[in-house]
Amino acid sequence: MHVLPILTVSTILVVLWYALSILLNWQVVTDAQARAGLTPEFRATVAQTLNHTRPLLPAPHQVIEEVWRSTATLPVTSRRSLIHHAWITLSAALAGFGIGTLAGVLLATAVTHIRALDRALMPWIVASQAIPVLALAPIVVVALGALGFDGLLPKALIAAFLCFFPVAIGMVKGLTSADRLALDLLRTYSATRSQVFWTTRLPSSLPFLFAALKVAAAAAVVGAIVAELPTGAQAGLGARLLAGSYFGQTVQIWAALTVAAILSATLVGLLALLERALARRMGARA
Amino acid sequence: MTALSALVIAVIGAVLITRLARIEGRVLSLAAPIAFGVLVLILWEVLVRGYEVPMVLLPAPSAIAARMAASSHILWQDFAQTFLKAVLTGYAIGCGAGFLLAILADRSPFLRRGLLPIGNLVAALPVVGIAPIAVMWFGFDWHSKAAVVVAMTTFPMLVNTTAGLAAASAMERDLLRGYAATPWQTLVKLQLPAATPFIFTALKVNAPLALIGAIVAEFFGSPTVGMGFRIATEAARLALDMVWAEIVVAALAGSAFYGVVALAERAATFWHPSNRT
Repeated sequence: MHVLPILTVSTILVVLWYALSILLNWQVVTDAQARAGLTPEFRATVAQTLNHTRPLLPAPHQVIEEVWRSTATLPVTSRRSLIHHAWITLSAALAGFGIGTLAGVLLATAVTHIRALDRALMPWIVASQAIPVLALAPIVVVALGALGFDGLLPKALIAAFLCFFPVAIGMVKGLTSADRLALDLLRTYSATRSQVFWTTRLPSSLPFLFAALKVAAAAAVVGAIVAELPTGAQAGLGARLLAGSYFGQTVQIWAALTVAAILSATLVGLLALLERALARRMGARA
Repeated sequence: MTALSALVIAVIGAVLITRLARIEGRVLSLAAPIAFGVLVLILWEVLVRGYEVPMVLLPAPSAIAARMAASSHILWQDFAQTFLKAVLTGYAIGCGAGFLLAILADRSPFLRRGLLPIGNLVAALPVVGIAPIAVMWFGFDWHSKAAVVVAMTTFPMLVNTTAGLAAASAMERDLLRGYAATPWQTLVKLQLPAATPFIFTALKVNAPLALIGAIVAEFFGSPTVGMGFRIATEAARLALDMVWAEIVVAALAGSAFYGVVALAERAATFWHPSNRT
């Protein structure tokens, strides 16, 4: 019963998309016909708006065709293969996700155990959420480039930077959300701080951690893509977007966007699966 | 010599901050974070000067401040172009659209069940990527940046407001039904007040998102003014002091924007448990 409303809304969106592509591409097609000296005929014009090679808005089937053509029919090693570009972006995003998550969790652990850090550092971490961290991307790329690093590392660092803050904040919230009664009980058992951490604080932080990880995974993909923009990278989904916008290859832009969307939706989906599996192992009732 | 003085400063700072962290009180508890910020700035300055770090890597805070003072005119123009035009316009349209869509969706449970998962999905997608398309449709000027901001802010608002409109309890709804309240009255008197905390959450999430969207969209083409344009071109010219100056402006603008929304939230949701002390 949950599928029907989603399907309906998706169908409405697809229909709207087709209508919009006809509307937006109408001018382009009729102009071309006028230049060719053809009299515009309604049905032919509609057909052409949906199959233009450089449309203002490509129709959904064109985007799907392009994604299929550039992933399935080309060898993975080809420079025009979207899998090749997606992997370059994904590897940077995953590396950054790993670094950022690790740093965020470590910092959160330190913050919850050292009072001075909590008081001095936490306000800055919270404030940093209001700062457009992504604007730092060109600086990181240029500074690391001057040190002789290019390729994966700068992109991974930017992705890590974007992951770090949500994970740190979520984890601090999670680690301090342990049940008061459970903590008191552990005190009466005279449990050590590390015992309290592993048996109570860490498990009770998992829902917060996973909520943060999902935000971070989506942010890592965005970070890796945006990191490819300011330097004019040669490969990666961001480079495809940039090249597409320089040469007016709209279908290519939409295909790259679709693959980026699939990447981040897959990452978030995998995290949700992992969360459910972990919760089940810890004895949570579904 | 530099390492030694940096170490001494760090140790003194750490001791001082540990002391300050024990102070209780509303205003005084700000002392520790401020001391930490000052410590970072001093260490940054000492290390950059002592080791003569080249400007390309990291300019000293004093160099950034000097650049900000010298180029305040350019910084203001960029700020006006990116923040006052693109961000504020896009933010208002995006949040407004998300809000209206949520009210529509609330009328029909069927629509809500279909729209929410899709809204959640879109909120996790790299929406910034539509920037090149927006530039193609709406031109190089701030309109295309505002369009990106609209696309980025609509869905968080839609998802949060929808959740908020459903937040009023069944008892309260039943009470209003008992009063024979019209749907409009239920919306205005019960659902909207109950949704305010959710709406403000979305407004706060959207504030930095809007700034990011506008800045990144300028990487794809813009007139020769704007914060994202300046960051990209000055970074390419290795004039990192100017890039940092823009970052400082962006950070200040982002915090101020967030702060204003947070203040409005306190004023509007004074009744909420999280605001009672």
